[in-house]
Amino acid sequence: MSLRKPPLRDVHDARGATFTEFGGWEMPVEFDSIQDEHRAVREEAGVFDVSHMGEIEVGGSDAETLMQRLTTNDVTNLDAGDSQYAMITDDEGTILDDTVVYRLPESEDSAFLFVPNAGHDEQMYDRWVDHRDEWDLDATVSNVTDDYAMFAVQGPDAVDLVADATEESLGDLSKFEAKYATVAGVRCWVARTGYTGEDGFELLLDADEAETVWEALDCQPCGLGSRDTLRMEMGFLLSGQDFDPEEDPRDPYEAGVGFTVKLDTEFVGRDALERVKEEGVEEEFVGIKLVDRGIARHGYEVTDREGEVIGEVTSGTMSPTLNEPIALGYVPTEFADADTRVGVRVRGESKKAKIATVPFLSEKR
Amino acid sequence: MSFDVPDDRKYLESHEWVEDGDGPVKIGISDFAQDELGDVVFVELPGEGDDLAAGEEFGVVESIKAVSDLYSPVSGEVVAVNDALESQPELVNDDPFGDGWMIEVEVSEENGDLLSADDYREQIE
Repeated sequence: MSLRKPPLRDVHDARGATFTEFGGWEMPVEFDSIQDEHRAVREEAGVFDVSHMGEIEVGGSDAETLMQRLTTNDVTNLDAGDSQYAMITDDEGTILDDTVVYRLPESEDSAFLFVPNAGHDEQMYDRWVDHRDEWDLDATVSNVTDDYAMFAVQGPDAVDLVADATEESLGDLSKFEAKYATVAGVRCWVARTGYTGEDGFELLLDADEAETVWEALDCQPCGLGSRDTLRMEMGFLLSGQDFDPEEDPRDPYEAGVGFTVKLDTEFVGRDALERVKEEGVEEEFVGIKLVDRGIARHGYEVTDREGEVIGEVTSGTMSPTLNEPIALGYVPTEFADADTRVGVRVRGESKKAKIATVPFLSEKR
Repeated sequence: MSFDVPDDRKYLESHEWVEDGDGPVKIGISDFAQDELGDVVFVELPGEGDDLAAGEEFGVVESIKAVSDLYSPVSGEVVAVNDALESQPELVNDDPFGDGWMIEVEVSEENGDLLSADDYREQIE
């Protein structure tokens, strides 16, 4: 199967980007150096092409009901222009995907827009349509992934940078608020969201206008490599790595995102999650810092001090900000307290490690 | 993009270089390899006095995005290790044929599969 390409694939290629396959898409992994790109986002600003993220619009008189029943958070809390982080779970409460749900202004054809992870758009579209039909709801569901480009502008200078490219006021948007604004002459859905721990915006726009907006966002272009190190420093989940319904099924409480679960709403997986909440979880998503030299990677075993395997690393890297090896993974709750001494098996050799509080970096806003 | 390929070295297909000459020879990875790996953040090397076998793993180089095994171009005894890489692994990126060298080996036998600089250039083109 050929890879899906973001609208600016050739523009990035001409800029010297290297590419990787991610979720069925061919995406830039690195433009200059992961460390330089990472630093730019922490200290100034960087722009990511995240057009591999899915976009699904939901409209009609029962749009709110459909969204409410298929996501764990409470969409009735959203006014037009608000957004929220939510999980999409199955009957057992297993996370199928994580997403951001936006409520669109009333003037739009659709009432909601949500952003599934790369390569999940078709599956989520089918899920929405199947449940709409099963529940006999009046809702339109459109997979508009290929119509949109999506950029994330992140870093302490990101707000000023986007403000320079628009005549509208954007600084008044609070976290998780969004609105339509004209950036470089192009109508964009501008949301004060991101996945790096920094201030900034995510912009959704017509794929045909992608180059105009990309060129106007004059800062360090960043690839998925630095996006990964930035989100790991914050302890944010990566779909397919930190949870995977097939290979590593996790519920939102285990994965540390129980705050997205609103048990006073009705949704698929609710009853299972109520039981989990009552009984408590057996394993928890934690940060891990290596004490010995080495880097923990996805799939490496976590052990207790005697060397017994107790869990697994789901993500790991050398933190460019801390210049220390950091990792994320699941361990039994009795090992989950900060500073608990554990081990990580790096290529067969046991390295000393300890549990750390996430985020590894404090969230700036 | 063109990469440095000094003529006074021999190369393995897996991108390690070894100095050409008598006496202890230095070993490292090529300019092409460091570029492919990206930011090198950790290098795991053998200790002085360890014996290496040609074609076998002698260590690991980790960049932010990947882990790669290092293969020895020669058999012999490790007589020196570049300790600077412990605190400055980025030397592998900055100067792969110079300050980014990894180990020095007293050679007992060369690997038969070593490439000349010209052959290696052809491989990475």
